[in-house]
Amino acid sequence: MVNLALEVGKTAQPEAIMFWILAPLAVVSALGMLFVKKAVHSALLLAWVMVTLAIFYIAQDALFLGIVQIIVYTGAVMMLFLFILMLVGVDSSDSLVENIRGQRVASIVAAIGLGGLIVSLISRATLGVEAIGLQDANSAGNVQGIAEELFTRYVFAFEVVSALLITAALGAMVLAHSTATKSRTAQRDQSIARFRGASLATAAGLPGSGVYARHNAVDVPGLLPDGTPAPSSVSATLEARGDMLSTKPFELEAKEVEED
Amino acid sequence: MTTSQLIGTDPGWISLVKGLLIFVVCVLATLMSVWGERRIVARMQQRLGPNRVGPFGLVQALADGVKLALKEDLIPKAADRIVFVLAPIISATTCFMSFAVIPLSGEVTLFGHKTVMQLTDIPVGVLYVLAIASVGVYGIVLAGWSSGSTYPLLGGLRSSAQVISYEVAMGLSLVAVFIYAGSMSTADIVAAQNQWWFCVTLFPSFVIYAISMVGETNRAPFDLAEAEGELVGGFHTEYSSLKFALFFLAEYVNIVAVSALATTLFLGGYHALPGLGFTENWLGGWFTVIWFLTKVVFFFFIFVWLRGTLPRLRYDQFMKFGWKVLIPFSLVWIMIVATLRVLSQQGAPRVVVIGFTTGVVLLVLAGSTLVESAKKRRIREDALGEVSAPSFPVPAIPGKSTTKEVIRETEQLNG
Repeated sequence: MVNLALEVGKTAQPEAIMFWILAPLAVVSALGMLFVKKAVHSALLLAWVMVTLAIFYIAQDALFLGIVQIIVYTGAVMMLFLFILMLVGVDSSDSLVENIRGQRVASIVAAIGLGGLIVSLISRATLGVEAIGLQDANSAGNVQGIAEELFTRYVFAFEVVSALLITAALGAMVLAHSTATKSRTAQRDQSIARFRGASLATAAGLPGSGVYARHNAVDVPGLLPDGTPAPSSVSATLEARGDMLSTKPFELEAKEVEED
Repeated sequence: MTTSQLIGTDPGWISLVKGLLIFVVCVLATLMSVWGERRIVARMQQRLGPNRVGPFGLVQALADGVKLALKEDLIPKAADRIVFVLAPIISATTCFMSFAVIPLSGEVTLFGHKTVMQLTDIPVGVLYVLAIASVGVYGIVLAGWSSGSTYPLLGGLRSSAQVISYEVAMGLSLVAVFIYAGSMSTADIVAAQNQWWFCVTLFPSFVIYAISMVGETNRAPFDLAEAEGELVGGFHTEYSSLKFALFFLAEYVNIVAVSALATTLFLGGYHALPGLGFTENWLGGWFTVIWFLTKVVFFFFIFVWLRGTLPRLRYDQFMKFGWKVLIPFSLVWIMIVATLRVLSQQGAPRVVVIGFTTGVVLLVLAGSTLVESAKKRRIREDALGEVSAPSFPVPAIPGKSTTKEVIRETEQLNG
């Protein structure tokens, strides 16, 4: 037992160097995750912690686990990122005001309890248990070995965790969901309305605004074939705001027309 | 000797040379593909394209790159400075990383050392590529968020939703390949295709991968993240100078990367076309690199062709297509593939296999018939009622009148 521990304690040189570079980085970013103000920065630091853990797994010859860690956690943090934007808004910072009384104490107790739970679980799984070694564990191939464990011994835990994740996703959706007060007209509805309205005259869209030699913008109406301005060629908002220009100053002078 | 053993015997400096070669090839490929894309699209639009700088305009991209680097580098006031700088770095570093596991050639001699042009071969090579791709999205999303402006934020969010949804379909399309190759290592997958390419035997997977790789790289018709008609430039609206150049580089290297992965997984990698196997020994094995590059260029041409042909999808249609068509379809396809694989591994009699296949084909036919008839019924129900015609000719309205009637009406109107 002691010999095994000594053997485990020895680390190959490159791995040790990597550990001493990455481990402090991981710990610092994990702490940073707790203390930074912006929720998005927190999510980013979390992603970085997960990537460093993945690198450690890979260094420990758990290639599949490391790669899957990156895939799963980058995806998960991306979801977290979206949740932040959905639930708290783009520029939100942490507010330190306690909304629910006793929340701080309760959360500290819960955190300590969870920590204790995790430590006891890990110690039960590792202390006093002889490691069988990588050679034996990977005898049927690393991926195959994990698959066998996951889909036979731990299949129930696996399914429960996935149910938990789906519940969390649904919960976030319910929280972020707001019922629309009126139904939105989509492109299809607009298209149907154009063709089933009173006339087909606007089926191809409304006329464009005017283009003149000395002015070319959306605030001047275009001219109809008979020379009168077409009011439907300018946005109703501009008209209501009084920002619609008259076409008069841009029209050709009668004299010039005669000269031609 | 297997590929991974062969790579295992590489001394450190050979790995360094290979890494450098991959980097140089990727950057050159970007320069060439920018030029190639502009020339091909120009040809499709009856123009000439860049033809001034260098022979055939070949160094146009280089000139543009130099000009881009000399532009003023702006960071908006509202931007989150650290993340704003970090985003293009993430994009530009991750895009090169997936090339580490792509086998570019068969056995060759490099500086008197027998090896293959593949930096490393890991047993979960394809998963590694997926992992790198999912880190690469962070570049786009963070660029969108950190710019502190509306259009980039919308572009970044679109892109994250897009990549999350299309990565599911992409991952599912790869499962069939894993089942048939019995491995997730790129070298093994290429080796498993020495008889039949997977684009033939697993054609539906190939189609799903080809669609989702366009979605994954944010290219037309799926370039909603930078839809210039609606979002100005999308996630990179606020970027300029070298930072923008990094995004530009990342986009093109990503195109080459997904094309290289498609070549590896479905087009037999560096193998020659069927019947031309003898060419693989030319130039001491180096000819396989030419085969590989030819296939990658083929995919790149498809990318450009799509851009020149298809209009951009509307966002909701695009999401619907991903979630309601691609993903269910690939799930069903994986079940079929897995069943067939198990049947053949357990040595089931041929009658059972043929019966199963026929059953699946019949089900698909029945399903598609039902869908078609429902579509026809909907079109009949949607037919327009009587609408007064305007005083000028309008095109035929579906379900209302035939073209002939319209022509008659027009003639009546015009007297």
